[in-house]
Amino acid sequence: MNLFFQDKLAGSLMAVIACITVFIPLFNLLTPVDSVLHFSAYTVSLLGKYLTFALLGLSLDLVWGYCGILALGQGAFFALGGYAMGMYLMRQIGTRGVYGNAELPDFMVFLNWKELPWFWQGFNHFGFAMLMVVLVPGLLALVFGWLAFRSRVTGVYLSIITQALTYALLLAFFRNEMGFGGNNGLTDFKELLGFNIQSEGLRSLLLMATGLILLLAFGVSRWVMNSKLGRVVTAVRDQEMRVRFLGYRVEHFKLWIFVFSAMLAGIAGALYVPQVGIINPSEFSPLNSLEIVIWVAIGGRGTLYGAIIGAVLVNYAKSLLTGWAPEIWLFFLGTTFILVTVFLPNGILGLFRSQEQKL
Amino acid sequence: MSGLALKPDELDVSHGPILYLEGINLSFDGFKALNNLSLYIDAGELRCVIGPNGAGKTTMMDVITGKTRPDSGSVFFGQTIDLLKMDEAAVARAGICRKFQKPTVFEALSVFENLELALAVDKTVWKTLFAKLNGIQRDRIDEVLAIIGLTEQRSRPAGVLSHGQKQWLEIGMLLMQDPKVMLVDEPVAGMTHQEIERTAELLLSLRGERSIVVVEHDMEFVRTIASRVTVLHEGSVLTEGTMDEVQNDPRVIQVYLGG
Ligand SMILES: Nc1ncnc2c1ncn2[C@@H]1O[C@H](COP(=O)(O)OP(=O)(O)OP(=O)(O)O)[C@@H](O)[C@H]1O
Ligand SMILES: [Mg+2]
Repeated sequence: MNLFFQDKLAGSLMAVIACITVFIPLFNLLTPVDSVLHFSAYTVSLLGKYLTFALLGLSLDLVWGYCGILALGQGAFFALGGYAMGMYLMRQIGTRGVYGNAELPDFMVFLNWKELPWFWQGFNHFGFAMLMVVLVPGLLALVFGWLAFRSRVTGVYLSIITQALTYALLLAFFRNEMGFGGNNGLTDFKELLGFNIQSEGLRSLLLMATGLILLLAFGVSRWVMNSKLGRVVTAVRDQEMRVRFLGYRVEHFKLWIFVFSAMLAGIAGALYVPQVGIINPSEFSPLNSLEIVIWVAIGGRGTLYGAIIGAVLVNYAKSLLTGWAPEIWLFFLGTTFILVTVFLPNGILGLFRSQEQKL
Repeated sequence: MSGLALKPDELDVSHGPILYLEGINLSFDGFKALNNLSLYIDAGELRCVIGPNGAGKTTMMDVITGKTRPDSGSVFFGQTIDLLKMDEAAVARAGICRKFQKPTVFEALSVFENLELALAVDKTVWKTLFAKLNGIQRDRIDEVLAIIGLTEQRSRPAGVLSHGQKQWLEIGMLLMQDPKVMLVDEPVAGMTHQEIERTAELLLSLRGERSIVVVEHDMEFVRTIASRVTVLHEGSVLTEGTMDEVQNDPRVIQVYLGG
């Protein structure tokens, strides 16, 4: 419990998330549809989506806020986790697709493919798919990070190659021949673990799962950052050379945190896909990864819960603004980012914290 | 290589020297920073290295600690351990520790945590994740805190320390590593008179069980601590001897006045 209530702000935030996670799904199951306590499936999924973004922001905070690696490709790990989940959901469609092919998803039938490619094998099993949700992003992070950190690529160069990574994946996933549905991506899902994907009940369960996993991820991340490893990682951010000369293999620490973070991002992606009903290559867009950085910067980096606050606030603002005046969204985001960087270097949390210190 | 330091019998100093630098050449884009540099440091010795700016003193430490690879030459730790085959972390684990010219401490961490990170334990990722301080280790940190005079500042972030205190904290971090060789680059820069005196006492008290190489421009300080002084000039050893011998050497006077 200590991990959650280390300071008041984090404690309250976690309590709020816990309430959302428990009560909203509970109300929805127990109250009639016309009750004031009843949330629409749309609202439930929207909340669930925000929480997946919160998890994604938290994952970036580990590498950027704590370890100082400005990774601009976090969205790639999110999208890969999402695709792994999407592949499971595609296989669940079975004969209910337009072409009624029990084995092949519609887009493969459309491409005249005769059999399922090898990399789609196994995805009809939920357990296997969930394993891939963490393994695929984790492995990519492992290989990419190993190459980059071993050659001591840092700073701006590292940021650029992470952008290149997500851009390369974007282009690859756009291609029909890749076997991931091309620019349409994966969609028209029918059910998850036997539950209708549109149903309010499943939406509520997904919100609950997302909230619980977010809380768990927060707790584990806090524990890691409170360990000696967390202090080494912070030290790497501030004085990488000094850490090396103390006898630590800095690249191993960076790699560990990078892989851990990529796995969390993958889980976030997997929770996101059934709640929005689609995954397509645009999730690999370099712009998406930049947005994640902005969430964390606005919330306040190096605190874990700052990233959660930032992700939820920015995405709430995005929902409001894109409904009302979509063309100004990017200007709004850019301006907010600049203002926060200049006036609130510690993000929104910096405001609260300095007040707390004054008291 | 494991996360642990050397096995006790791995370091062979039976011939006297603990560090052998032989025929080291290193150039940066045609500029010869080290020029056929040869230098031997005895086990337990406190050696001062002086020389005008740009003589190559810091670069020499970079070569010993694996930060920079020389173009040619050899660097051995004892009779048997080839330092040129090791990276920074391996050199540090083997027991060669270094204080940077510009004091480098982890400003966001507390003084105590700075020392904790330096502690000589297994420094691999998993061991670090599950590391817990035991009583002996806590006592050792307290002891070092007392030695460097920062007991009262133990819970404060290192960023708020004065320049001199940061220098000491960094020296404390070297002590925590229980090194066999300490390379100390300009330890008293920016210190007050009293602080300089205490630093001199500290380094003198450490002599014997460890070898210490001190690079310093403050001649008063060098005179206080050194029995042997090496003068570096344009990347090689100009002369070596006691402080008096060195200061009266016409070549040294030439280098310092003419440079
Ligand atoms: N990475 C580098 N690239 C290019 N030149 C370098 C590099 N490192 C050092 N030098 C040059 O090598 C020479 C020796 O530098 P070094 O820092 O070793 O001198 P120093 O004896 O420590 O001087 P000081 O007393 O000013 O600290 C200098 O002329 C310096 O400019
Ligand atoms: Mg120097």
